[in-house]
Amino acid sequence: MKTIYVLWLRQIKRFLRSPTRIVGALGQPLLYFLAMGFGFGSIFRQAGAGNYIDFLAPGIMGMAIIFSAVFSGMDLIWDRQFGFLKETLVAPVSRFNIMLGRILGGATTAGCQGFIVILIAILVGFRPHDPWLLPLVFLVGVLVAFLFAAFGMLLGTLMRDMQGFPLIMNFLIMPMFFLSGAMFPLDNVPTALQVIALFDPLSYGVDALRYLLTGVTHFSLALDIGVIVGLSMLLVVLASSAFGRMQV
Amino acid sequence: MKDAEADQRAGLFKLSEMIDVQHLVKRYGDFEAVKDVSFNVPEGEIFAFLGPNGAGKSTTIKMLTTLLRPTSGRIVINGHDAARDAFAIRRSFGIVFQDPSLDEELTAWENMEFHGVLYDMPRDLRHKRIDELLKFVDLQDRTHSRVRDFSGGMKRRLEIARGLMHQPKIIFLDEPTLGLDPQTRNHMWSYLKSLNAEQGTTIFFTTHYMEEAAKIAQRIAIIDRGVIVATGTTEELKAQTGTDSLEAAFLELTGKAIRDEDSSSLDRIRNMSRMWGRNR
Repeated sequence: MKTIYVLWLRQIKRFLRSPTRIVGALGQPLLYFLAMGFGFGSIFRQAGAGNYIDFLAPGIMGMAIIFSAVFSGMDLIWDRQFGFLKETLVAPVSRFNIMLGRILGGATTAGCQGFIVILIAILVGFRPHDPWLLPLVFLVGVLVAFLFAAFGMLLGTLMRDMQGFPLIMNFLIMPMFFLSGAMFPLDNVPTALQVIALFDPLSYGVDALRYLLTGVTHFSLALDIGVIVGLSMLLVVLASSAFGRMQV
Repeated sequence: MKDAEADQRAGLFKLSEMIDVQHLVKRYGDFEAVKDVSFNVPEGEIFAFLGPNGAGKSTTIKMLTTLLRPTSGRIVINGHDAARDAFAIRRSFGIVFQDPSLDEELTAWENMEFHGVLYDMPRDLRHKRIDELLKFVDLQDRTHSRVRDFSGGMKRRLEIARGLMHQPKIIFLDEPTLGLDPQTRNHMWSYLKSLNAEQGTTIFFTTHYMEEAAKIAQRIAIIDRGVIVATGTTEELKAQTGTDSLEAAFLELTGKAIRDEDSSSLDRIRNMSRMWGRNR
């Protein structure tokens, strides 16, 4: 328990101590939000689909979460290259707890990143349909972040260095974001795209956030949470087995 | 009755061996980093493990400290078999790594605290030891500074302080004095020697400074190309090779050709990291 806590705390401290990283990681989602939100807003409205800013905000929150959560998991590669990982691996503590502490730390910080995005969105004109649900939005954000932090952790154990990073970026994270329904409603897209979105875990994350923020859902909140929790457990098992076998 | 006594003696004998390594092999594909290494270190001994670059020293230390699984062979440390009970072994030792292993975003105090929590030290003892050891390595004024602002020597000293923090039965030091000034080096060895004398702590270290090994170690093993080529006291090694210093004996045993170490991708990574604006 203490192991989990110190590793979690370490992630939090590192997060709070690099404000440039926090601001840097906000740049991309905010750019998307402002450019897309205001750029496509009028077309969206003319098509009779309502307020695009409202539609887009949860998707952009999902974007901030998936990026910072996966990267937090992949921090393992840096710790391995810079030696700190050895310090934890020679200690008489279980690897599962080391891993869980790291994932929880990454989930918390990525959840915060996502929540900051929503707060900024509110500043520029986004209106959540029920502000009292915001704490729940934060919690579900952390839950979604947990899934992707575990995923990043799994990737981190499988990679020796950052050489494969562009591959992960362009063939996993970007497609997951673009095909998740973060930027467009999944209701009327071609069947192929709908089927792909079914296999994209971020679809469920974004859908859950969208339901809590705007009251609109494509799947259903229960299905969303079920898929996120189930998949998280599967990824923890996979990451734990990979991390347990890892040698430095 | 006699058998029981014999058993007991055998048991005692086994316990007094702090490290017992038999036919240790580590293979990476076709490359044998460690070919067939056997040695033992009795409890309470100061033991030097010497060898040129790429001889297999670090690979052996990684296997002894459970970071790497051997291809074959047997490691018993403090009575625990590494293949079966790595966890118990991890409780027994402390290590000062050859390359950095600090979290540079954290302060000196936080790095120590983190270590103390991982080794399940009670809070009071933890804080007492942190104060003591930071004073010992002369970092008490920088207790709450972030490690990334430290010089190379300061980082090294902090690593040493951290490795000693939980008072292990055996301490591995992989080139601990690299980059330290003579004062600090002296200071560190006199501390380790008193630890050895007073608490019987077993000390296993590697170094490239032959005078250091000759002066500090009670026994020395020399490894080359993955095989132990000689073991003994400095005097024995000198006699064996007919030389008059440990350095000469070392060169006699391992040859004069200069070895290359396998270059890692670390430098490339460091550059990449700098590009991404992470100050490590």
